[in-house]
Amino acid sequence: MDFPILSTLIFLPLVSSLFIFLSKGQNNNSAIYISLFSSLATFILSLFIWYSMDYSSADFQFIEEQSWINDFIKFKLGIDGISILFIVLTTLITPICIISCINSVKDRVKEFLIAIMILETFMIGVFCSLDLVVFYLFFEAGLIPMFLIIGVWGGPKRVYSAFKFFLFTLLGSVLMLVAIIAIYWITGTTDVTQIYEIKIPKEYQNLLWLAFFSSFAVKTPMWPVHTWLPDAHVEAPTAGSVILAAILLKMAGYGFLRFSLPMFPLASEFFTPLIFTLSIIAIIYTSLVALMQEDMKKLIAYSSVAHMGYVTLGIFTFTKQGIEGSVFQMISHGLISAALFLCVGVVYDRLHSRMISTYGGLVNYLPKYSFLFIVFALAGLGLPGTSGFLGEFLVLTGSFQKNYLVAMLATFGVVLGAAYMLWLTKRVIFGVTKNDQIKNTKDVNKSEIIMLGLLALLVIFFGFYPVPLMETLNVSVDNLINNYEIAVQTKGLN
Amino acid sequence: MINNLNILLPEIFLTLSIFSILMIGVYIKNSFNLIFNLTSLIILLTLAIILNSSNNVEKIFLESFTRDSFSNFFKILILISSLFVLNSSKNFILDMKLAKFEYPIIILLSILGMFFMVSSNDIILFYLGLELQSLSLYILASIDRDNLKSSESGIKYFVLSALSSGLLLYGCSLLYGFTGTTNFDLIAGELGKENTGAVFAMVFILVGLAFKVSAVPFHMWTPDVYEGAPTSITSYFAVVPKVAGLAVLIKFMLIPFSKILMEWQTIIIFISIASMILGAVAAIGQKNIKRLLAYSSIGHIGYALAGVATGVISGYESTIVYISIYVVMNLGAFSCLYLLKKDGEYKENISDLSGISKKHPILAISFLVILFSLAGIPPLGGFFAKFYVFTAVVEQKMYALAIIGLLTTVISAFYYLKIIKTIYFDASIISFDNTKNKFAQLSIFISCSILLTFFLYPSVLSNVVDTLFLN
Repeated sequence: MDFPILSTLIFLPLVSSLFIFLSKGQNNNSAIYISLFSSLATFILSLFIWYSMDYSSADFQFIEEQSWINDFIKFKLGIDGISILFIVLTTLITPICIISCINSVKDRVKEFLIAIMILETFMIGVFCSLDLVVFYLFFEAGLIPMFLIIGVWGGPKRVYSAFKFFLFTLLGSVLMLVAIIAIYWITGTTDVTQIYEIKIPKEYQNLLWLAFFSSFAVKTPMWPVHTWLPDAHVEAPTAGSVILAAILLKMAGYGFLRFSLPMFPLASEFFTPLIFTLSIIAIIYTSLVALMQEDMKKLIAYSSVAHMGYVTLGIFTFTKQGIEGSVFQMISHGLISAALFLCVGVVYDRLHSRMISTYGGLVNYLPKYSFLFIVFALAGLGLPGTSGFLGEFLVLTGSFQKNYLVAMLATFGVVLGAAYMLWLTKRVIFGVTKNDQIKNTKDVNKSEIIMLGLLALLVIFFGFYPVPLMETLNVSVDNLINNYEIAVQTKGLN
Repeated sequence: MINNLNILLPEIFLTLSIFSILMIGVYIKNSFNLIFNLTSLIILLTLAIILNSSNNVEKIFLESFTRDSFSNFFKILILISSLFVLNSSKNFILDMKLAKFEYPIIILLSILGMFFMVSSNDIILFYLGLELQSLSLYILASIDRDNLKSSESGIKYFVLSALSSGLLLYGCSLLYGFTGTTNFDLIAGELGKENTGAVFAMVFILVGLAFKVSAVPFHMWTPDVYEGAPTSITSYFAVVPKVAGLAVLIKFMLIPFSKILMEWQTIIIFISIASMILGAVAAIGQKNIKRLLAYSSIGHIGYALAGVATGVISGYESTIVYISIYVVMNLGAFSCLYLLKKDGEYKENISDLSGISKKHPILAISFLVILFSLAGIPPLGGFFAKFYVFTAVVEQKMYALAIIGLLTTVISAFYYLKIIKTIYFDASIISFDNTKNKFAQLSIFISCSILLTFFLYPSVLSNVVDTLFLN
């Protein structure tokens, strides 16, 4: 057997959290260095995996198999062109979170870093797992550190938000657990690649699809079960919001692509109108809601719901543009929303307010910050030349092939997106400085420039040159669509 | 027959040891420490005897007593959990002035009773074992006799338990009346034919057993007794008799009642669902940790019974896996309570845990692990326990049971989260004494390590359990 490189990738952060736990020293410096070092090592390792994998094959690569639960369930890991992007996103965002917490987390730093590192393990695990039970294990386990991050380091209403986050997600996922066990008894395996081959009988597909949907819809989040997200975002500390928006939300989109679509193609086709409706509601309704927010974090949270609406819309168009656009949108939203939450965090650390009304006229006193903020706001509204544009554009192209009405309504959402983002920028960055405190506020410091600058570069780079992402995706998405079309044409009969 | 007496060796050894240490207790003054240590030694020796005995099925005394891998497994589980309960609570016993030399001896007597329960292959022997165990438990519940709550809990337990024993005995006599035999194997043969009366008998016996494992609707005593009895006794109540009770329940389903599957399955499904729901809902409002753990244990019994309700071997196996992990979690949870000491007083309220994560980070993280595991969140051990049970349940296409069960885990997650919230999110109020309770710390450590590392190799337990039903 080859070197278990995926297991190393998954468990490296976990092992390092043990070292953080044992670390001693003043000001938690050693803990910060250990976590920074190990998360960068994880990032480099994931880049190496990305570099050394073969994009021209749709097969799963770096497969690892271990007998696990009673011979019948295997601990199986493997990646393809879709999952590697999410893994790299995860390992990229984690060191950024750690840098951000140097400024923002003052209390119990060591525990915070441990929680982040453990969370990273679970997140990478989700994107690597090729077995339903392993997937469920990592998917659910992520709740524990996130619950603590919101609850211990969060804002004034943190308890309510942490509970809401935990219970909503858990409620969605237990149905998925029943479905996973049911799949085991129907097909005799929980190995995803084998289930792709076996094909689940038509009569079971709809119920199973709904069970998976209940979990993914909460996690995405889709309207009407999105209400936990604004609360969680508002109360979570900056790093928590960043991880939540950038990675945890993507697990559901990934889940649709990895499980719902290939395992239940007929049900996916059957439920497409449902997804389209919910996505359109998410795009238009939550954009309108975002428009009216007074709280910057809440505004960005609602915009996340709207952006995830494009993702689900794109996935269920079953077209190459739609699905590639969705994945691209997820990656780009991961970068942009992370950056926007970091931007809010920067001013929150200085003025301890998230209210839009506190700010105004920042451009006169914090020019560098304002520049970065505007870059991300423009990327968030999908300005051509940023990565935000490409994702939405591809999704809309894909949906025009399926349904004009849906595509037109979704396009309308782009306008609304521009509205709330520009209005936010106008109120925060420009205008008259009403608050005297702002005059004494310092501009972004070095570590903040590193984080935000890096994200800005990536957002612009992928906006002009998306080829690296698209090349990685290409064959896997083709394969996904081919299998789906064969399944739909043959009505699930072998 | 004399040659076969080695089948009974653990029981004989246990009986003789109990008599001897009783004598020591009577003749030597202030002998609590000595007897306590001897008790631990006896438990270890009995454990050694059982581990050395063979696992072949052997029956003795007109086939009324069986020794097989099934009974041996449960005996080992009972002994290990008793050992941990006893030793981790030693400081507590001394602090609460419960250090009477009878204390460990009565525990041993109840262990002896449970040994006969899990080994019995005959209604009469089963009933005698059950009564020996119950009588010991009555005394234990009220052992803090100067404390009003403890005496009250003892009386409550005695009255209700005597009633349920009566029902159970009535069921046994009915069973004898309708089948003409007291032997499990012969009863099974008789029940193969049309036999309506035996169904009545079965219901009464199930009621008695449901009482002993505190399943709804026979759970009323549990919260009061858990709260009233000293914590050291509560932890014993929460773990050991449950194991024995479930073992007997499985045995009844496996041998005498194997032919009337349909009849008892309905009852167990009802009991299981009712326990899961009540355990989840009633615990939400609790302020006392012991009361909360009482309701939580009712809920857990509901999940364990869901495995029994399947009526197939794989379901029974999942129940045994469940109860084993349940034992690990509860031992850890109760050991944590022994560390909550402030000025010589043991704290029992959830609000006392407020913000202990700041001053006692290790204790807090242990609590965290145990509580998340009780809630069944992966990757902790409690998740795998639930996973096994629900896998067995779904295999029998009992989707409703599985969905209700998993939805109640969400509700019950709420109150476990509430404790975690108190520990981690709330402001720190009190700091507890730095108690040097080595054994309690050790058992917390062992419990947490098992729960944390269980996911690495979950088959280790189920592989053992698989062998129990081979014969």
